[in-house]
Amino acid sequence: MVQGWIQIVLTLLIVILITPVLGGYIARVFLGERMWLDRIFMPLERMIYRLSGISKNEMTGWQYIRAVLISNLVMAVFVFVIFMFQGVLPLNPTGLGAPTWDTALHTAISFVTNTNQQHYAGETTFSYFSQVAALGFLFFTSAATGIAVAIAFIRGLTGRSLGNFYVDLTLAITRILLPISLIGAVVLIAAGVPETLSAPIVVPTLEDPTVQQTIALGPVAHFEIIKELGENGGGFFAINSAHPFENPNGLTNLIQIVAMLAMPTALIYTFGIFANNRQQAWLIYGMVFAIYLVFIGVAAIAEYQGNPMVNALLDSPQPNLEGKEVRLGWAQSALYGVTTTGTMCGAVNSMHDSFMPLSGAVMLANLFLQIVWGGQGTGTAYLFAYLILAVFVTGLMVGRTPEFLGRKIEKQEVVLTSLLILLVHPIFILIPGAIALAFADQFAGISNPGFHGLTQVMYEYASAAANNGSGFEGLADSQPAATGLWWNLSTCVSLLAGRYIPITALLLLADGISRKPVIPMTTGTLRTDTGLFTGVTAGVILIMGALTFFPVLALGAIAEALQLAGGI
Amino acid sequence: MRDLIKAIRVTLVLWGLVAVLYPIALLVVGQVAFPYQANGSLLKNAQGEVIGSALIGQPFSSDRYFNSRPSTTNYSSTNSQNDTAGILKTGVSGASNLAPSNPALLDRIKGKSDPQKAIAGAFPTLQQAGIQPTADLLYTSGSSLDPHISLEAARAQSDRVSKARGLQPNQLETLIGQNIEGRSLGIFGEPGVNVLKLNLALDALPS
Repeated sequence: MVQGWIQIVLTLLIVILITPVLGGYIARVFLGERMWLDRIFMPLERMIYRLSGISKNEMTGWQYIRAVLISNLVMAVFVFVIFMFQGVLPLNPTGLGAPTWDTALHTAISFVTNTNQQHYAGETTFSYFSQVAALGFLFFTSAATGIAVAIAFIRGLTGRSLGNFYVDLTLAITRILLPISLIGAVVLIAAGVPETLSAPIVVPTLEDPTVQQTIALGPVAHFEIIKELGENGGGFFAINSAHPFENPNGLTNLIQIVAMLAMPTALIYTFGIFANNRQQAWLIYGMVFAIYLVFIGVAAIAEYQGNPMVNALLDSPQPNLEGKEVRLGWAQSALYGVTTTGTMCGAVNSMHDSFMPLSGAVMLANLFLQIVWGGQGTGTAYLFAYLILAVFVTGLMVGRTPEFLGRKIEKQEVVLTSLLILLVHPIFILIPGAIALAFADQFAGISNPGFHGLTQVMYEYASAAANNGSGFEGLADSQPAATGLWWNLSTCVSLLAGRYIPITALLLLADGISRKPVIPMTTGTLRTDTGLFTGVTAGVILIMGALTFFPVLALGAIAEALQLAGGI
Repeated sequence: MRDLIKAIRVTLVLWGLVAVLYPIALLVVGQVAFPYQANGSLLKNAQGEVIGSALIGQPFSSDRYFNSRPSTTNYSSTNSQNDTAGILKTGVSGASNLAPSNPALLDRIKGKSDPQKAIAGAFPTLQQAGIQPTADLLYTSGSSLDPHISLEAARAQSDRVSKARGLQPNQLETLIGQNIEGRSLGIFGEPGVNVLKLNLALDALPS
């Protein structure tokens, strides 16, 4: 057991060490500071700007929003067309035809929104061309869109103009995502992840040669690294990072966990540099880290203790290994599960549906809160939206004008942040969830009976609205199941609303704040870079999250945990 | 309209960079620098025919072999005469996705589930063979292709295999030791015994 905890602690230490390095680098990229890498990247970027007609003019909030929406729409349509013509496109060694239209639509929307909820099995649905040229393309652009929005938000919050979306999109790819992916992918190949265009191989099995085994292959390594680094999470194979080709050993697992955490942790530090207040950044970092640690602890202990119903058959208790791989074990599975739901990556190295109820509860809590590190770029922005809300709440309590980073928080800011945090997310989880449960026979497709079924349905919508993409995969949410059409279409609503309404609100918020005059700091100013204020923020986050979503947790995961403990 | 054209141009240019040049670069690096790993860590016999992958498990359930973990897809394998589900066309992966509270999980482990289903009830089988049940032998894996069993699970099966093959138990202890794949960097992950490699070594023993 101790060895498992050592693995977890060491992994987290690596992440903390990377934060200032990567966060500082990101700040330099987007502040336009000169660096020695310019000589390599500048010519590439100039060529991209020239070929695509990008001018570097500053955008207003609405112009930035328009650019995000139009570019994302074009990319989604482009990818949808590739799916529908998959049958006649090259690199299709298994001769796959086009998927059903609703699967193609759901997949295009799910990947363009950086969610990567998968209502299909990779091996049997998408050709190598669709995986590499369509899904692999959105891995980069959806992640870069998130980074661009976060940077524009940070610029606005710190009184700068928002910048140019297309320039930010390009820089996020050429300076951050692509170089790290190139290095990471080579390491993954060396560690055993395949990178080939060869068709699947059929071999006779050793025990009984009349039984044959098919080994699915593909260009996996280059796909794998950006899957985690960009918080995408869509697996090359049906079973994602539990597949030995996606995640063959402890080293690849470590790389994937660190890659998932790298960007959202670093962006908090980047904010500290933009705001010229690193103390503020480290305090928020510490707050998120504390919540994250508690969640890991709950999940790891629950998995280590195992399933009491099965343990009753055995002489000594055993960890819960249903849906887990031997080489990863309880510790790396629990750590991965909490990390992937917290960072909105959505890759899985073990099956969340088969996790113990309390592990399921913390993973669901991650999806509800959206800030235990949060999605690529957007998570960091949510974190600061929560800070603004905390400023407003404490301002009301002590009777001072709420200010954040020297600018007044007024009606527009409060309306936008509460729309973001208090309304959009729960509306697009709880309402469709309630509809699916009301017509459970026609729509829900629940595979596990009892309290767990409620969690399955709510998890699917929470995962869609939070742009996470993991799932309780027992749910009959894919074609050709009878409930596949409902799930494909209804989650599309949550996916789109959970992505573009908050992005619009965040950019408007940042645009508004950037135009406000700076108020000089006095002794009466409520400082936000103190331990006390950070504690209040944590309270605001947990109370808001608990009030909104506690009934779902109580009726689902917590009831299931009590049921198991009672041995019913 | 101008915005739309710009968005289309950006899409095509970035597509060329990240969906064409980037994968091609890695295909070249993989195939040139790491051909064994890049092609799936395939194992070949003396005749050069592919017999499996070092990373992908195979089904083993007889007494003569060390048994693998129970699998929901029987390790992406089936009888080639009777592949109605098309498993052999593409290869598959999958999991049970049974919740801990689902009665079907306990029924499966106790062997009460439908005998037609691929997964034999592990608990009674193990008890009959006098093998101490460990978590990995009771629970199905995440991928259904898990190449490993735990060290305890391998050692617990030694007696049965040595009886079936008429071998000395200490010979098997050595073989198990040779096929342990430890933690990465000595720290990350859990050690396991590669079942396919172990059973290949078993067949290679002079008998």
